[in-house]
Amino acid sequence: MPVATSRVAIASAAFVVLAASSSGALAQKKYDTGATDTEIKIGNIMPYSGPASAYGIIGRTEAAYFKKINAEGGINGRKINFISYDDAYSPPKAVEQARKLVESDEVLLIFNSLGTPSNSAIHKYMNSKKVPQLFVATGATKWNDPNNFPWTMGWQPNYQSETQIYAKYLLKNKPDAKIAVLYQNDDYGKDYLKGLKDGLGAKAATMIIAEESYETTEPTIDSHIVKLKSTGADVFVNITTPKFAAQAIKKIAEIEWKPLHFLNNVSNSIGSVIKPAGYQNAQEIISAAYLKDVTDPQWANDAAMKTFLDFMTKDFPDGDKLDSGTLVGYGVAQTLVQVLKQCGDYLTRENVMKQAASLKDFRTEVLLPGIKINTSPTDFAPVSQLQLERFKGEKWELFGDVISADAGG
Amino acid sequence: MSAVDEVVTEAPAVEAVPKRAMTLGYGTSLVMLALFLIVPLLVKNFIVFQLTMLLIYGLAVLALNILTGGSGQFSLGQSAFYAVGAYTSAILMEHAGVNYALTLPIAGVICFAFGFLFGQPALRLSGVYLALATFALATAMPQLLKLGYFEHWTGGVQGLVVTKPDAPFGLPMSQDMWLYYFTLAVTIAIYIFSVNLLRSRSGRAFMAIRDNEIAASAMGVDVALYKTLAFGVSAGITGVAGGLGAIAVQFVAPDSYTITLAISLFLGMVVGGVGWLPGSIVGSAFIIFVPNIAEGISKGLSGAVFGVLLFLVIFLVPHGARQVAIVAQQLVGKLKKN
Repeated sequence: MPVATSRVAIASAAFVVLAASSSGALAQKKYDTGATDTEIKIGNIMPYSGPASAYGIIGRTEAAYFKKINAEGGINGRKINFISYDDAYSPPKAVEQARKLVESDEVLLIFNSLGTPSNSAIHKYMNSKKVPQLFVATGATKWNDPNNFPWTMGWQPNYQSETQIYAKYLLKNKPDAKIAVLYQNDDYGKDYLKGLKDGLGAKAATMIIAEESYETTEPTIDSHIVKLKSTGADVFVNITTPKFAAQAIKKIAEIEWKPLHFLNNVSNSIGSVIKPAGYQNAQEIISAAYLKDVTDPQWANDAAMKTFLDFMTKDFPDGDKLDSGTLVGYGVAQTLVQVLKQCGDYLTRENVMKQAASLKDFRTEVLLPGIKINTSPTDFAPVSQLQLERFKGEKWELFGDVISADAGG
Repeated sequence: MSAVDEVVTEAPAVEAVPKRAMTLGYGTSLVMLALFLIVPLLVKNFIVFQLTMLLIYGLAVLALNILTGGSGQFSLGQSAFYAVGAYTSAILMEHAGVNYALTLPIAGVICFAFGFLFGQPALRLSGVYLALATFALATAMPQLLKLGYFEHWTGGVQGLVVTKPDAPFGLPMSQDMWLYYFTLAVTIAIYIFSVNLLRSRSGRAFMAIRDNEIAASAMGVDVALYKTLAFGVSAGITGVAGGLGAIAVQFVAPDSYTITLAISLFLGMVVGGVGWLPGSIVGSAFIIFVPNIAEGISKGLSGAVFGVLLFLVIFLVPHGARQVAIVAQQLVGKLKKN
């Protein structure tokens, strides 16, 4: 894992001084703390330990990707110094790490910090410090709020839009559904639930016959599943994080409940959820995707997928290709590289946000065909399109069109 | 074997610590105080913030130390009192617009009452059973905070964002620096209060109960009253620490106050030395900095590294920082003789 060494820190501190003293002479170049002629310091906070440690792979993929970029000469001649800390998914720890990154390591921006509670905890701090909190790794709807929080931007499609798409599908194909929902008792779970209810509109009250919530501290959610089955529901909306999603899929098969199963995008990774839960238990589950799936044979000859797989074999051999976390990390890192390229030699925090808010039809190779990243000063939601998919055999099969999820989000 | 025999042969849960050994000498105290006053002037704001957290967790460990080291009762529920204190401060500041400094005594009083009431049923339990009862409290607290019924005040799972206070009277001081000195003042006040409490009549009663409950009641100590009182005082101080923590972190959310926090505080107490009040700061430093060190050694195995470090501490110095301090004292004494 690349971690800032003290030598690098000293060297960069020296460069900051140099850059500050020579800024008058070089009118073309402009730097804020964390950027110099030779280096760009990027901070990151990940739950490498604790209840959400499965997501740690995202940070490790990003580190590997930046290492590759550096080996190829960096961005406009500058190397990326990627400093990633563990917050164990604890909000006070996230505050400590964010302050360490901003005030002690003096990074240019914090990139892809993971988790809704952790990002909520540093939301106000980052905006008062005017340090970009860029492409946060959570789908909460609140990150798209450029008026009140101009220094914070999400990346993935937000949770509410995703369940709205499921609701649309249900209203069209199964209007008499009896829906049981299991959700994690936090922002993330409630955001998803709200999207589902908004999507079902007036019919929400009659269609949703059972809602159960669980805590991340519970060792298993088996009892919730048994309880939901007993309500006689024929549709199950599964709003859980990977570990619990795998438990749910297994338990449902075990007690021979056969509902139409919607699995949230957060947990649709074949590597970390479906495979441990057993392929035979996951047949016909419906989910929504915006990224290509490595295991899907339709991308076997896809040039973009090959680039990704080459990267995985060459630069990140111990990473699990089947874990969608690696794909997310790769895609979001590419988006950041694009933003930094656009910044050119004008590496101020303000310009970073300005460039991040002016991505036009940008595509990273790992996005599904037809899905494009677009942002503007009033639209801080980079990826906002999804496509439905169904699990068949040992892979996801896409169906229907790419659906823009901005509507009503 | 008769009941009396059992009580007598049973090893005491907490080793008897004479009250003089619970504190530092005057000279050492002054040196520590000078360090705490000067260091923040020389370091970055981020370190000042960490030092503030050091004092805050130090207070929480101190509170547990009074309960366990003083009165011999175990608690794994300190995170619950910490959470109540934090939420009291946050809600008063954000919903009622109360000055942050005023919210602390209120948080203290509410937590004192909460702890005192909880101490009533806990009276019937002792040792591991009491630890389990308080454990239940710690497990229940985050979920109680998420209840929809309280959501209007607590912000539910979203938590509450707290505004950080500026330095008063136009002092040329950053918010972090001011908060540090404010916390330091509160910590010193509570430390002096705790030292005096343990040296007082009540303190002697606590320790008598710790050493032998039957003997204590034979001496005329109201065991029930003093046991609940110890719970109340401990909870009250933890509540103040929680309130300060909410102001320093600027955010309260149920997930911040899980059982992990209670265990951390317990760990801090053991590492610092059970019943040795100055050890609270050492214990607090352990729970704040050692996880960072562990992460620096190995990111993937940070938990395991932390475990190894903890094991080393327990194995090499089972009485925690107190043992180190005693050894140091003896060394200094020898040097003086020579």
